[in-house]
Amino acid sequence: MLGGGTGGTLLANRLRRELDRAAAEIIVVDADDEHVYQPGLLFVPFGLARPETLVRSRRQQLRAGVEFVCSAVEHADLENDTVLLADGTSLAYDVLVVATGARLVPEETEGLLGPGWLEKVFSFYSLDAAVPLRRALSRFDGGRLVVGVMDMPIKCPVAPLEFSFLADWYFRKRGLRDRVELTFVTPLDGAFTKATCNRELSGLLAAKGVSLVTEFNTGEVDGRGGRLVSYDGREVPFDLAVLVPLHGGQAYVDRSPGLGDELGFVPVDQHTLQAKAKPNVFVIGDAADVPASKAGSVAHFEGHTLATNICRYLAGEPLDAGFDGHTNCFIESGFGKALLIDFNYDTEPVTGRFPRRVGLPLLRESRLNHAGKLAFGWLYWHMLLPGRDIPAVPASMPVAGKHMADTARQSPASN
Amino acid sequence: MPAASYAGTEVTVNDEGFFTDPGQWTEAMAPDIASREGITELTDRHWQVIKLMRHEYEAKGTGPTVRALGKTSGVSIKELYELFPKGPAKIAAKIAGIPKPRGCI
Repeated sequence: MLGGGTGGTLLANRLRRELDRAAAEIIVVDADDEHVYQPGLLFVPFGLARPETLVRSRRQQLRAGVEFVCSAVEHADLENDTVLLADGTSLAYDVLVVATGARLVPEETEGLLGPGWLEKVFSFYSLDAAVPLRRALSRFDGGRLVVGVMDMPIKCPVAPLEFSFLADWYFRKRGLRDRVELTFVTPLDGAFTKATCNRELSGLLAAKGVSLVTEFNTGEVDGRGGRLVSYDGREVPFDLAVLVPLHGGQAYVDRSPGLGDELGFVPVDQHTLQAKAKPNVFVIGDAADVPASKAGSVAHFEGHTLATNICRYLAGEPLDAGFDGHTNCFIESGFGKALLIDFNYDTEPVTGRFPRRVGLPLLRESRLNHAGKLAFGWLYWHMLLPGRDIPAVPASMPVAGKHMADTARQSPASN
Repeated sequence: MPAASYAGTEVTVNDEGFFTDPGQWTEAMAPDIASREGITELTDRHWQVIKLMRHEYEAKGTGPTVRALGKTSGVSIKELYELFPKGPAKIAAKIAGIPKPRGCI
């Protein structure tokens, strides 16, 4: 198992319960022993989460009987069913799971890491950038704050929207809101990738006085001049920019012949999660090229199908095409409220209740959802990572409490 | 389903003008579609991109995004925007007679 993040950890733990120790050895490989609770990164710049509370040992999240190897991966040799590690040792496998997630590649955007980086240009997608952003925000007493997405795909596509909502709350709380101009810049043709919640979230941006700039493909970040420049020559000026860098797969994927696509993500069958490269390779989480959000909830729901399929593969049985693209995201909207969306490959986020008729309200702001978002931190460490099912939340998308008539499948495209 | 006529042949397109049946497309239609998108001449560089769009669609069932095009077409993203100023992936897909590239989610 390459990667000891959300997907790798929860799948290793699930498999360890399901496979007899004599029948299978499970080895998790990661380059470091720091497991970051990524949903918490959003809160760091606003002083709502302390960085040190978000990091725990990767090794300690693994059940007894799962071996942890701390090393970077040099490449995977699919032909010989072997992984070569950076320290020169090699691991032979019967089944390989790619769980190494997505990698931030800010260097692929001209100027992003140039003059102004960590002075006027920040990100909150890593602790390294989120911590200095907290200082910069606390000193910011007026001007143009731009939240920008460089291009899709990104981890947690709602996070930059949440950042905008929280920025509105943060500056109101500090009595500075009328001196701060907030702008949300996206390469998409709307605030979000899904039509129904695009309407809801665009409305929320407008209600909070956040301007929306769409179909903006950033070609250059000019930190010194304080502007984003798009490939088609438009400009968005800023005094402080909070950017979501481009994402790609891990570099070793590019070094592994036949494994990844042009962005370093791994093509899979979107229902069985078996890699297209070879039958004994499976993929969980952000590393896969599936048309679902790159989000922890997706990895959790995928874990269910993958644990089954790896056991079936080892037993020589046909795979279960059970993963439906189920995604579930809380969207923090500020002032102690949040929205909840729940969708899959075929169904747009709709209104109603989750997971049943009595449950959390969908696609609408509520305090209950905010409480859900906070409770999720506990669930993450104590249920998600151990590979447990969350009570009442099935792996396949539930429809019982949903207003399914809202469904109109439309996919906005990137330009 | 709306219809459009290119190079004298009627084809079905969606509300945004993307082909619903890529099989109806012929190379002869491309200059006609392009001119309606404000591109008066299709150069070899344009064709390099259009052919890649067709190829990727046939291989993967969806056209590439602009970032993927920048990595695989041999044409930089900057130049892609010079060739297809209104959005390379979208406009090239339209000219290549394939559906709008699926947005990443």
